[in-house]
Amino acid sequence: MGNHVITADTAAGASETNFYHVKSRWSGLAAWIFSTDHKRIGLMYLFLMLSFFAVGVTLGFLLRMELIAPGRNIMSAQTYNSVFTVHGVIMIFLFVIPGMSASLGNFFLPLQIGAKDVMFPRLNLLSWWLFLIGSILAVTSLFAGGGAPDTGWTFYAPYSIRTGTNVTLAAFAVLVLGFSSILTGLNFVTTVHRMRAPGMGFFRLPLFTWSLYATGWIQVIATPVVGITLVLIMVERTLGIGVFDPAKGGDPILYQHLFWIYSHPAVYIMILPAMGAVSEMISVHSRRAIFGYKFIAMSSVAIALFGSLVWAHHMSVSGNSVVANFIFSLLTMIVAIPSAVKIFNWVATLYKGSIALETPMLFALQFIFQFMIAGLTGMMIGVLSVDVHVHDTYFIVAHFHYTMFGGMVMAMFGAMHHWFPKMFGRMFHQLPSKIGWFLIFVGFNTLYLPMFILGWQGMPRRYYDYLPEYQNLQVLSTVGSWILIVGIIIMIANLLHSLKHGHACTVNDPWGGGRTLEWSVPSPPPLENFDEIPTITRDAYHAERTGAR
Amino acid sequence: MNTAHSVALHHHKDYTGSKIGIWLFLMTEVLLFGGMFLLYAVYRSNYAEDFHAAANELDTLVGTVNTMILLTSSLTMALSIAGIHHGNRKLAIIMLILTVIFGGWFMVNKYFEWGAKIAHGIYPGSEVLGHHPKGELIFFGLYFTMTGLHGVHVIVGMILLTVMIFKVLNQPRKKFEFVDGMGLERVLGGKFIVKGKDGGEVWSSDELDDSVQSVKIDVKYWPVKKRFRIADFNQLENSGLYWHIVDIIWIFLFPLFYLIT
Repeated sequence: MGNHVITADTAAGASETNFYHVKSRWSGLAAWIFSTDHKRIGLMYLFLMLSFFAVGVTLGFLLRMELIAPGRNIMSAQTYNSVFTVHGVIMIFLFVIPGMSASLGNFFLPLQIGAKDVMFPRLNLLSWWLFLIGSILAVTSLFAGGGAPDTGWTFYAPYSIRTGTNVTLAAFAVLVLGFSSILTGLNFVTTVHRMRAPGMGFFRLPLFTWSLYATGWIQVIATPVVGITLVLIMVERTLGIGVFDPAKGGDPILYQHLFWIYSHPAVYIMILPAMGAVSEMISVHSRRAIFGYKFIAMSSVAIALFGSLVWAHHMSVSGNSVVANFIFSLLTMIVAIPSAVKIFNWVATLYKGSIALETPMLFALQFIFQFMIAGLTGMMIGVLSVDVHVHDTYFIVAHFHYTMFGGMVMAMFGAMHHWFPKMFGRMFHQLPSKIGWFLIFVGFNTLYLPMFILGWQGMPRRYYDYLPEYQNLQVLSTVGSWILIVGIIIMIANLLHSLKHGHACTVNDPWGGGRTLEWSVPSPPPLENFDEIPTITRDAYHAERTGAR
Repeated sequence: MNTAHSVALHHHKDYTGSKIGIWLFLMTEVLLFGGMFLLYAVYRSNYAEDFHAAANELDTLVGTVNTMILLTSSLTMALSIAGIHHGNRKLAIIMLILTVIFGGWFMVNKYFEWGAKIAHGIYPGSEVLGHHPKGELIFFGLYFTMTGLHGVHVIVGMILLTVMIFKVLNQPRKKFEFVDGMGLERVLGGKFIVKGKDGGEVWSSDELDDSVQSVKIDVKYWPVKKRFRIADFNQLENSGLYWHIVDIIWIFLFPLFYLIT
């Protein structure tokens, strides 16, 4: 290996053809679905997930239409129950949980650490296949006999044991998806440990990679627990073993514990890669080395650690002991600290930076704004006295939509723009992307801010009907959903159009501020990413010659 | 330099990496069963007496025999790996076959044990069990689920080890393939030469020119003591680790279900 030193302006391997043009023994669709190239797998994930996102958005739109006026409008109560369940299952298990790490993470993890692929490329392909199978099963469960599941995405026992709908199949689908997630996490953790380029110590890893690393650990540690929990639900439904059935001596609260031992850390599986991507975007588009690199990196790990210990704050009214509730409330407050550390560091990075308000940056700033609302309301409901009051109301719905949609999804939209030229070798059209962003920003906040007020006033979640006094805010919220959807359509249409018709953008670093390794290779990257594995002689965000700044 | 590296990519194996991978996977297995052990712990403290009574229904003798079988199978598994270490392929294969047979024996015992329970009307959702106290119902619910899931793992392990038998039979064998775009251009222009013990040329190929579409090299060699490579036993060792975790889980299941009378 040569002493090839990577600096911000090194054009490495410009001669190699990009990975789209590499011939293999497969052709057409098969060249994608049998490819072990991490870049192709990442793009396949991205395509699948955005398709499911579209389905989830459509279902959410239907929910909002039902809620435009009190009483029955477009669907019955039972249909409403199924639609919000399926909306949740698709959005959570098929989009936000695997979201960033499996798609963009797959594409950029090896690029950021100077590797040619992930550690186990075939396992990576297997993960994608399992994801595909799981998603097919999930969709089948909606249409097969028995009807779509109506339990809510949480599958709470004992109702999930008794309902006649397709809970067994849906639970199996989630189990398969979980297995896919475990394998991805295992792959990424091993990749980061074993495949970093020479000279790249852990504290030279880009922050997106750090967040993927922390996420990988949560995936490996937490997902098996939900796996076994859903197996138990399936066995309970088919054989009646009784462990969650109070009629047979079982305890449904234990189901809640086991479920949230996974599903709370899953929140961090969603948000951590988003935070990592925001760190990258903020640094690139303000042309500054990230402020407080080690603190951001370590806060990812701290969030992963403490986030794994707060699951019972979902159960404050389930009859836990006062001591348990107190401890979980306290731990919940502790998670706020590393989250705030990140926010402060991002803001400090912006300070005195030369900020370019490109579309990715707009999404990143929107992320910070909305994530702060999400985090602060999260602390409110982490406090027991408030939580008991707003539990199971729209306040909770607004809070978690601000976290997942306003946080993770906005960061993902931003990251899709940020890395678009790198992935496809074309730049997206600027003006439509900004119009799309603006409508998304306005629409999102019009949709979910009223829900905080509705929840505070006592509007319970998961009801297809409501009292007339809530109508004004409900209508406002529904109008917000229309604006949001128009914005999303403009954004997606713009990206799709840019795939073919965007300006060709083959320079290594189209933004002019990229310092991490993915900006040192051609766009799109060649099959093996790097002509020569680079030797790293500097920190991730510091340009070598100018020193720290 | 560059050439060597690119070609090496397709054959390079990072054995430490695969060890990390398998250990992470084993950790997920522990957590998978951990969820059920958690349930067991809670229900045993809730229904201590019922668990005590229900455990009397289980046949300690069969449980003990099965424990012995699994422990012995772990020994044969380890001996199989030791066989490879000592360049004794025959021993390795015999020990692997024995391990699979022990696994099968365990499952046969399990079949008769479960069969007897079901014949007595003790199975999840049965009418007989409905008349028992709730704690016993939960006990048998957990018993069937946990030993059932463990049984599935034993079967997966047996399949894995059967595959390994064929892999070891075929090993040590190394295949190289150079195709267009993946290393072929690096070997064009050269040729293959095989030399005998006296140093003389036994055989040589024509020069590899543009008419060559791909080059395949299939090398077979026998490991001898102290000259084995990690590639010769890495997969077997990882499969062995899986087999041991299945064994260890049983070591916890056995006292928790059979020995609490």
